[in-house]
Amino acid sequence: MLELRQITKRFGDVLANDQVDIVVKPGTIHAIVGENGAGKSTAMRIAYGFYTADSGEILVDGQVRDIRSPHDAIALGIGMVHQHFMLVETMTVAENIVLGAEPGSTLALDLKSAASQIRQLSEEFKLAVNPNEPVEHLSVGQQQRVELLKALYRHARLLILDEPTAVLTPLEVEEFFAILRRMREQGKTVIIITHKLSEVLAISDEVTVMRDGKVVGRVQTKETNAAELARLMVGREVLLRVEKPDAEVGRPELEVRNLSVTDIFGTKRVNDVSFEVRSGEIVGIAGVEGNGQTELIEALAGLVEPARITGEINFEGKNLNALGARVRRELGIAHIPEDRHRRGLLLDFSLAENAILGVHYRPPIAAMAGSIFLDDNAVQRRASEIIQRFDVRPPNAALPARALSGGNQQKLIIGREYHVDPKLLLVSQPTRGVDIGAIEFIHRQLVSLRDNGCAILLVSAELEEVTSLSDRLLIIHNGLIAGEVDPKVATLEEIGLLMTRGH
Amino acid sequence: MPKLARDLLFPLIAVVAAFIVGGILILLVGDNPIEAYRLLLGSAVSWPDGIGYTLFHATPLIFTGLAVLVGFRCGLFNIGAEGQLYIAAFATAWVGITFANLSSWLLIPFCFAAAILSGAFWGAIPGVLKARFGSHEVINTIMLNFIAVALVSYFTQYHYKVPGDPILQTAPIGAGAHIARLGKFVPGFPERIPLNVAFLLALLCCLLVYVFLWRTKWGYEIRATGSNPFAAEYGGISIRKQIVLAMAVSGALAGMVGINEVLGYRYRYYDGFSDNYGFTGIAVALLGRNHPVGVILAALLFAALQHGGIYVDGFSEHVTKDIVQVLQGIIILFVAAEAFFKWLVGRRQRVIGTQHVNLENPVIVSKEI
Amino acid sequence: MKDILTFSLIASTIRLATPLVLAALGGLFSERSGVINIALEGKMLAGAFTAAAVTHAVDTRLGMGNASPWIGLLAGMIAGLFIAAIYAVTCIKFKADQVVSGAAINILMLGIPGFLSGAFFLSSGSTPQIPKDHLLPQSPVVIAISIVALVLVIWYVIYKTPFGLRLRSVGENPEAADAAGVSVSKIRYSGVLIAGLLAGMGGAYLSIGQSSLFTRNMTAGRGFIALAALIFGKWRPLQTLLACLLFGFTEAVSIQMQGVYKLPSGDDIPVQFIQMVPYVLTIVVLAGFIGASRPPRALGIPYEKEK
Repeated sequence: MLELRQITKRFGDVLANDQVDIVVKPGTIHAIVGENGAGKSTAMRIAYGFYTADSGEILVDGQVRDIRSPHDAIALGIGMVHQHFMLVETMTVAENIVLGAEPGSTLALDLKSAASQIRQLSEEFKLAVNPNEPVEHLSVGQQQRVELLKALYRHARLLILDEPTAVLTPLEVEEFFAILRRMREQGKTVIIITHKLSEVLAISDEVTVMRDGKVVGRVQTKETNAAELARLMVGREVLLRVEKPDAEVGRPELEVRNLSVTDIFGTKRVNDVSFEVRSGEIVGIAGVEGNGQTELIEALAGLVEPARITGEINFEGKNLNALGARVRRELGIAHIPEDRHRRGLLLDFSLAENAILGVHYRPPIAAMAGSIFLDDNAVQRRASEIIQRFDVRPPNAALPARALSGGNQQKLIIGREYHVDPKLLLVSQPTRGVDIGAIEFIHRQLVSLRDNGCAILLVSAELEEVTSLSDRLLIIHNGLIAGEVDPKVATLEEIGLLMTRGH
Repeated sequence: MPKLARDLLFPLIAVVAAFIVGGILILLVGDNPIEAYRLLLGSAVSWPDGIGYTLFHATPLIFTGLAVLVGFRCGLFNIGAEGQLYIAAFATAWVGITFANLSSWLLIPFCFAAAILSGAFWGAIPGVLKARFGSHEVINTIMLNFIAVALVSYFTQYHYKVPGDPILQTAPIGAGAHIARLGKFVPGFPERIPLNVAFLLALLCCLLVYVFLWRTKWGYEIRATGSNPFAAEYGGISIRKQIVLAMAVSGALAGMVGINEVLGYRYRYYDGFSDNYGFTGIAVALLGRNHPVGVILAALLFAALQHGGIYVDGFSEHVTKDIVQVLQGIIILFVAAEAFFKWLVGRRQRVIGTQHVNLENPVIVSKEI
Repeated sequence: MKDILTFSLIASTIRLATPLVLAALGGLFSERSGVINIALEGKMLAGAFTAAAVTHAVDTRLGMGNASPWIGLLAGMIAGLFIAAIYAVTCIKFKADQVVSGAAINILMLGIPGFLSGAFFLSSGSTPQIPKDHLLPQSPVVIAISIVALVLVIWYVIYKTPFGLRLRSVGENPEAADAAGVSVSKIRYSGVLIAGLLAGMGGAYLSIGQSSLFTRNMTAGRGFIALAALIFGKWRPLQTLLACLLFGFTEAVSIQMQGVYKLPSGDDIPVQFIQMVPYVLTIVVLAGFIGASRPPRALGIPYEKEK
């Protein structure tokens, strides 16, 4: 059905796809697995015409095709559901579905016949949505259905799904897989991009494994197992457990009481959450992404307007609700954000200028005349301390942060946040998009910070990471704390069940 | 290529390209481009008039260029320098008229303060609107330009005009508010040329803006906000404050045009005095790559053109001084479309690249071409 | 003040609103596709100058008489289109900052008419006078009917045709439109070019309808008032029309009051305050004091596929 031959794609200095060969047979569910940054999405975006390959060719039904835009791909019967949905939120479901393939003539848009066609498709594939509802009112799961309908409406014979389960709970995943099987029965071909091995084994017929932009394995699902896939993905045996001594727990640093957080659209994202984090322990928060973790951490870090928060955030007995990010930092709270490009770094600024973010306004960085001027010596000193201690490469403080690899950018952020000797560290997705060597380093640093008496609140989408690092584990579902488990004894099934069902 | 050369090269290409396009236009209307450009640029280097007037015209452009620069560095587009400088010039004149009897020692600082504070105030309005309501500063500064022009024209016409004066201008300011023309200190430089100490103030402001943006914590916060507001917020910086602060500083800089105009040149407020200084400031900041030194160089170029425009008008058969504005517009277009030149260059590189790939991997050629 | 609402005031409101409506509706196409249009002013100037120059030329050189304003109008629209094409290429193809290039177009267009008229008419920025009977029709009834018809057509195009759907989607979420197989750049080119046509038409009406020649900087900020009307009209055709009428009305009032009416104190009524109304209203609306005005979400952001 679809074949990629020798596809190569470069983004600046990064080789995202290196002579990638992928063969997808018609009528199968084909999984493409790999870690974050392995090049899975890039390859599929090339197949869908979103990117153009630097070299290589694409074959559809055995013929070489020139796919320059999604328009070309759609004409060849290819549909794609992106990880971040491609929907125009202000428009209705029907308008979104027909966009680019409108029924009726050039002079008149026929939304009525579109709506009836959509209803028919929804029934056929059990994808219930109301065609006349604006997309902004839909839940994430419903939006995904709209995306699927969009592809089906265009008579896609091949559906490419990029991390479709990232936004679903395990129960929803089951329903979703049923839909995929139904599609396969109807003769459709499905490509599913994922890094979750259990899902690969549950749904796919064949698997292509990618690592560092290359294809490193092609296997039949029946003939493989999780261990083999993991080894292929990572390139060596996966180290599952972090060695760490028992926690020496001190007094409570952070106390959260009945905290609720509303987003800017007025939706409650964190709902009546209470917990505490004591010095010397790592409290993990596990959950499917998008269940309120982001809002929770941002609220604790002082990045959410007080008006959107109810309940109490107390730190060392002091109420933080009305205090801004700067005051919270001064009190000893550090924060490693989940998205280092969006929150963590000033990409155009030098490493030195990034190293002082958050402490730039007070001595020793700001000096003279009532701390107005930046003391360049102090700035450079701080930067080189961080660069050395956290092995940031290349060790050149004058480079812009943009020039660093993801792992080194992350090390710079972690170094900066450690440098203030925090009493409480809020850390989100500390190893996302980071190479293996750096992951182990970052994990060891987190444990040593804990052993020095810091209280750590850790959010991670990687269940293995969060269970192996945490001393206590909270499970969040739909903005609620669904339960607390002891990560040393709890099984993944137990945790998964809490992640699914909530209370 | 060293960084400095790269920073200079691109604006230079844009200027040369604009002159070429302008030259073609001059040819099309049947004139000699070389002759026109000789008049346009040659007149700027004559002593004392050419140099004196070029520096005089450069003064407001340095101020507005810096104003736009400070906005840009905070991620804001201040198209409102025009309005800010009108408000400020009027306020300067108002102080100069109202307190005309004060001694120079008091009156000049008062007038300076009036220019700076009123400019800052008018600049801060769109800042506050953005910080508080999220409304776009581009639209608001455009609207405030018109409001400013109408407002000062009202006050001039109805309250501060000398009765019977056919020109829309205020009464003169007190003599104590005049600032010295450079002819006073420079031997052989006539005092009739209005170049005054405001020019030195403009140069000083370039230094101050540099120190402010790159050497103080406030500048760091402004630039951090401009570079990535989310990261700035994360670093404990209040974005709202930075937006208001940057717009106020920007407005203050634009407002200093009033010092040059009112205290150093006309000694009164003259309605509609600005020769698009605020908008040319955008060109100055962009061509100067948003750096104070670049602003000086770009302001000198545009000032020289402005001065030369008069000679073109007088001595050229078909070409009028409008060529100056045409060149300005083309320069900004080229500077804005930096990608255009990269595209020109990139085209060639890609061809080379294809040939290179061609040798190694023949399959690809058909796809690339 | 009673007789202020006379027929002549209504007529002059319509007359003054016409260039605004044309330019604002042009801006609507551009901004709905996600391209900011602060260059409306420049496009109007281009249209006004070209229309007057061409009308004069075909009138005097070719003796086309009554047909000449229509040829002038067409030429004005083509001039607007041409300027829009330059703007479109810089913003869409070369992903230049839209506000910067818009400002550049405006500055360029302050110079070009003077430059050309200096060369062709040996004047300092104005074109020769055109005889009264060789101008565009000015009957308020005819104009009102044409404007309403145009607005209805545009409303239909925006909301009831596939092109309109694509236009709106590209301005809201270009990535989604692209993923759905819509060519973002094609739609944006169309939006910006239509804006050029309409703004050029608006400019032409200014020089060969409302007036009988082109004078230096004759738009005097009308392109920006049109932009204000577009914002005040929340980027919707019917509301934009109403906003233009309101702004045209304030202009008509300020003209009619000049020197005619006095305050009880015997002073003139300061027209400056009436002139400020559109600008103040726009700021107020944009700040969300009177029903929030939300711009298309992707407005002003060049679309970059591979980031």
